[in-house]
Amino acid sequence: MRELVTMVVVLTVLSAFSGGLLSGLRDATAARIEVQQLKFVKGPAIKSILKGVSNDPIADRFVLKDGDIERKFFVGKFDGKANTIVLESFGKGYGGDIGLMIGINMEDDKIVGASVTTHSETPGLGATAKDDPGFVSQFKGLSINETFKVTNDGGKVNAMSGATITSRALCAAGSGAGTIYQKLKPQLAEKIKEFNE
Amino acid sequence: MAKTFTQEFTKGLWEEIAPFRLVLGLCPVLGVTTTVENGIGMGLATTFVLVFSNLLVASLRNIIPSKVRIACYIIIIATFVVVTELLMQAFAYPLFLKLGVFIPLIVVNCIVLGRAEAFASKNSISFSIADGLGIGIGFTLSLAALGAVRELIGANNLTLWTTPTSVIGLQEVFGANFEPFAFMVQAPGAFVCLGLMLCGMNLLGSK
Repeated sequence: MRELVTMVVVLTVLSAFSGGLLSGLRDATAARIEVQQLKFVKGPAIKSILKGVSNDPIADRFVLKDGDIERKFFVGKFDGKANTIVLESFGKGYGGDIGLMIGINMEDDKIVGASVTTHSETPGLGATAKDDPGFVSQFKGLSINETFKVTNDGGKVNAMSGATITSRALCAAGSGAGTIYQKLKPQLAEKIKEFNE
Repeated sequence: MAKTFTQEFTKGLWEEIAPFRLVLGLCPVLGVTTTVENGIGMGLATTFVLVFSNLLVASLRNIIPSKVRIACYIIIIATFVVVTELLMQAFAYPLFLKLGVFIPLIVVNCIVLGRAEAFASKNSISFSIADGLGIGIGFTLSLAALGAVRELIGANNLTLWTTPTSVIGLQEVFGANFEPFAFMVQAPGAFVCLGLMLCGMNLLGSK
């Protein structure tokens, strides 16, 4: 009996201590981690999409609720007018989720640029999607309202050689971004007005 | 049992160097060693967890009931792994991006649990720290060595550390005309490379 009590007490105390320590540390580092993510992953991607903006898209960001999910949007101003938004969506790649940042011009629904953020694709094959902007640049100028497919599947995006799964995943991420965009378009239009005032 | 602090430390560097002598903890060994930098980062993260889990296990060795010891060790190890993960995200985010899922996987790294069970639960705190440091640094060196070979042959580079603005290390070690042998930076190349290095270690040891 005594042994049983000791076991329960030791495990409970240890777990409680561990939980307390970790939640404290999590709170302490949360703000820093978000800054780091924006700086190293999203920042460079957003900057490459929104070349020549007059504002700081990372500072001009907002969050919208899509059902239970909170989605971040970044605003780009061209010639003093906020007309471009950037959002991130995900596709299932060969080594897990691939994030794709995509910039959309709100006036004509055309894609102004796209860039891969987080991925765990094979170096030299799928990872080329991030290292070499050639593949994602195909999205540029297309309308966000279409469904993207690689040429093998009857679409118009040329797949990367040796990385069909990655190419399909990025097409799916692009189409996913379109779905989010169409769903939230009225709210996005409202929000973007605030940035023009 | 007349071992000294230094002996406990140095045994991890050669005699009991984990990936090569015991062939343990191979998941990160094979998974992350595409560059020297990744190897060093992963090794240091594991060393941090190893030292602190050894320290805690050794200091609680008389309190932890033997029937639930493994559960207690896992709680201790998992706590330090999450600490490492959070700190790495906050202060070395680019490295965290490269190591990705391998950081949480330190929890199930058999070297860490193995040292807790086989060493720290039976030895004093100072010896346990020496053991953790030794094994951890040995692990880091193994990862760095494997990473160096794979990166040199597979990518013709030798990256020691990447800062946001520059890369510390050598580029194009064998000259611009060397065509990198990309097989080496992929998973099968890791096995081949590890096998050859084990072979070399055994040859050295057999003399």
